[in-house]
Amino acid sequence: MKRDNRTREVNPSSIKENLIKRYSAKVGKKRAKQIVINNPKSSPGQEIGANVRTVPGIITQRGCTYAGCKGVVLGPTRDILNLTHGPIGCGFYSWLTRRNQTRPENESDPNFMPYCFTTDMQDENIIFGGEKKLRQAVEEAYAIFKPKAIGIFATCPVGLIGDDIHSVARDMSEKLGINVFGFSCEGYKGVSQSAGHHIANNQLFKHVIGKNPAAPGGKYKVALLGEYNIGGDAFVLEDMFRRCGMDLIATFSGNSTYDGFAGAHHADLNLVMCHRSINYVADMIEKKYGVPWIKVNFTGADATAKSLRKVAGYFESAELMSRVEKVIEEEMEKIRPVQEDVKRRTSGKTAMLFVGGSRAHHYQELFKEMGMKIVAAGYEFAHRDDYEGRDVLPTIRVDADSRNIEELVVKPDPEQYRPRKTPEDMERLAGAGVTFKNYEGMMPEMDEGTLIIDDINHFETEALIEKYKPDIFCAGIKEKYVIQKMGIPMKQLHSYDYGGPYAGFAGAVNFYRDVDRMIGSKVWKLLFPPWEKDEPIAAMFISQV
Amino acid sequence: MLLRHTPKEIKERSALTVNPAKTCQPVGAMYAALGIHRCLPHSHGSQGCCAYHRSALTRHYKEPVMATTSSFTEGSSVFGGQSNLLEAIGNIFTLYNPDVIAVHTTCLSETIGDDIVQIISKAREEGKIPAGKYVIHANTPSYIGSHVTGFANMVKGMARYFPEKKAARGGTVNVIAGWCEPSDTRELKRILSVMGIDGIVFPDTSDVLDTPLTGRYTMFPKGGVTVERLKMTANSTGTLALGTFASLPAATELDARFKVGYEALDMPYGIKATDRFLDALMRMSGRMVPVSIADERGRLVDMISDMEQYLYKRRVALFGDPDQLIPMAEFLADIGMRPVYAVTGTPGNYFEERMAGILGDIPEAKFKHGDMFLLHQWIKNEKVDLLIGNTYGKYIARDEDIPFLRFGFPILDRVGHSYFNSVGYTGAMRLLERILNSLMDRQDRDAGEESFELVM
Repeated sequence: MKRDNRTREVNPSSIKENLIKRYSAKVGKKRAKQIVINNPKSSPGQEIGANVRTVPGIITQRGCTYAGCKGVVLGPTRDILNLTHGPIGCGFYSWLTRRNQTRPENESDPNFMPYCFTTDMQDENIIFGGEKKLRQAVEEAYAIFKPKAIGIFATCPVGLIGDDIHSVARDMSEKLGINVFGFSCEGYKGVSQSAGHHIANNQLFKHVIGKNPAAPGGKYKVALLGEYNIGGDAFVLEDMFRRCGMDLIATFSGNSTYDGFAGAHHADLNLVMCHRSINYVADMIEKKYGVPWIKVNFTGADATAKSLRKVAGYFESAELMSRVEKVIEEEMEKIRPVQEDVKRRTSGKTAMLFVGGSRAHHYQELFKEMGMKIVAAGYEFAHRDDYEGRDVLPTIRVDADSRNIEELVVKPDPEQYRPRKTPEDMERLAGAGVTFKNYEGMMPEMDEGTLIIDDINHFETEALIEKYKPDIFCAGIKEKYVIQKMGIPMKQLHSYDYGGPYAGFAGAVNFYRDVDRMIGSKVWKLLFPPWEKDEPIAAMFISQV
Repeated sequence: MLLRHTPKEIKERSALTVNPAKTCQPVGAMYAALGIHRCLPHSHGSQGCCAYHRSALTRHYKEPVMATTSSFTEGSSVFGGQSNLLEAIGNIFTLYNPDVIAVHTTCLSETIGDDIVQIISKAREEGKIPAGKYVIHANTPSYIGSHVTGFANMVKGMARYFPEKKAARGGTVNVIAGWCEPSDTRELKRILSVMGIDGIVFPDTSDVLDTPLTGRYTMFPKGGVTVERLKMTANSTGTLALGTFASLPAATELDARFKVGYEALDMPYGIKATDRFLDALMRMSGRMVPVSIADERGRLVDMISDMEQYLYKRRVALFGDPDQLIPMAEFLADIGMRPVYAVTGTPGNYFEERMAGILGDIPEAKFKHGDMFLLHQWIKNEKVDLLIGNTYGKYIARDEDIPFLRFGFPILDRVGHSYFNSVGYTGAMRLLERILNSLMDRQDRDAGEESFELVM
């Protein structure tokens, strides 16, 4: 594929039209709602179809509920023994394949992350039920590993055969004297990983959060929600908070521990990074314990600075604000020269992002800092609020495929509910620009005429690349080599291509350098062998043979 | 320590598997289906399986791995997945236009009992399968066997759907390649061609999972065994089934239906298994082994004799799939090493029977259907000099400071397996080179300055 350096003139409407044309009428109608030409200024309040069932056979990027629950939310916690109840695959594929790093303080501290625990269900367990084997497996796990908590994760067949993992969990909890809890995260629930996030949130809230009554010390206590320490992101942020003088008492769930979860309700402010996966816990903690939450984004240097100022603003402390400003200034000083250098090569280049439920938005900050343009973006499994902003929440209809995901009814805790701010405080802060419990979504921040595609599939990806010829495409491992075969650099924004960290100030620099390297890589100039470059001569030669 | 919770003391476990030495059926079926030209594997289950299996294969090959899924919802899990599969078949042919859709199942569709044969015939009745196109299937319940079983089931599906009896035998020889790498089927085809044999090697992922980067993406690359060739398998002189676990079901299917006699052989890793493979080829085709291949064998023997002092009595632990472990253990024993521990997650008595035969004169040898946790515990009780297995072995290798050879599936952290073969004498030379490199790198690392050798 020949590529030129100019942004190509494309007409998103005709692209959309051509895509839809190729589908059957039924599929076309559905996809038409999930493909939007973004016009935040000329037609605000545009609606996108999202969180709806996947079209069979279309080659989706999506995974399942188990992946969202066990793989994403619980996977990064080192001292809960995660036991998959199912045949061997689910446990195997979620074994060390997400790069949630963890750093136990001592050599003797528990860390189960390099292990895969599973009941490895056999046909007789399907026929006669697997509860007995599950009980036995929990006993064996306890006898060998002595964990402080065990999580049990259901897979597809568990729901069908009617194994009651929750009663097993209750019994074993009593018998062993440790916290054992189950997650009904069968893969077929909901329409994507998203249902798994919700189920994980509910069970963590019911069984773990609030269990630790001892409040940790600290003046500016925050918890970070929806940060999974991919490639060490959370380490960067932990260090940053420390330098700012903030006390990070829990992270959901990068580099996290059971005790961190259990005491998370002692925070004075919750910071939500990945809105999709953890907004449920943020809301429930606010209702039960009175801890407000704000949306933050620590992806990108400017976004990080902005988020830090927001946090300091919330605490209304001049001391904290001045430390924050000092950290920002020190960091920006290091970042600017790199930015300037990189920009000479990246300015004006184009990118596309089709990632999960959060990064397709967050990473736009980093590209903008490099002078790059986002021409198309979308999520695998986000909901309308992640696209359009939380204002649309009341208008979202839960369809038949997601109706069975439990909604917990949460009330203020009679003893532990403690509003961190008075209504007057909140109003004053809102006036000063600290917006609570709000997320504006991806679409309003993207340019006019960009393409927003929900649950993009292979067919659409290929067409998009052919039309736009972006300078870089961001998605995951399944897309990576497809895109690269087309001669387009492809950045994995799930695994970071085994690099990173990309969060915070230090991470931003890593990202600039990686993207600069990828776009400028000499390999893209090696695609065509010399005998093909000289096409006319070769053709003449062959024609004369 | 990464695996800090693995104790030396071995407690009996009957229900808990820790760090499995296997994965589930469908990924094997997906891999096998990719070895058919212009085939799109299809996973009939909820979409998480398909995403996981594609990711696993992609990470192993650093290549696009295409497959579709029925994307079950809770509704279809209760009422059956027929409409999902019918819709998928329609969409797949409209959008992606493969010649073959190869459907496999998951624990979900197997537990609810979807009848794939019936659904496929309904799809045909409804005109969803264009003329000249195929939809084949294999039942691959994840709660039976392992990924190897799934591979075997899909290869059997090929032998079930495609072969067509012609009046005369075609003079071809079927070689069911077993679970091996694109580089390996490429080598098998080279050997057949050097011997002047018209061999039908299937499945064949060469030129599918090792494609060149040209700037042009093609969903269906030039490789894979064609439907035409698969049809001809009914008329071959005979079948060589490489790897009993992976290939025997397809071979017996061809024999039962078309009276194509077969010989079940080990995967030709190492010297003796390659000898037996060539011997069987000669008998089946009436062709001789040419000098060029005899020379390859001679070079391998030469290399073993040159370096045997570094190999003699070195203790090796292995884990992985039975078709790989059996000939690998034999090769290690042949070069003077002591394969003392072997674990496979794939059930089947044949593994233990064969290992007992191969390791009969190594009294301390232990081999078992088990998991990597058990293998690690054995190692903790008595150390080994070399560990051989897939990428997950790197955690044990690091903790116990053991030289480590990546072999088998999946290899997620190195390249080479898809490009450089392990089968045949040339493959054995490469395996031997890699074994020696790991051992000798370790010797160099550990040697005192006075005994650090220039020549080895």
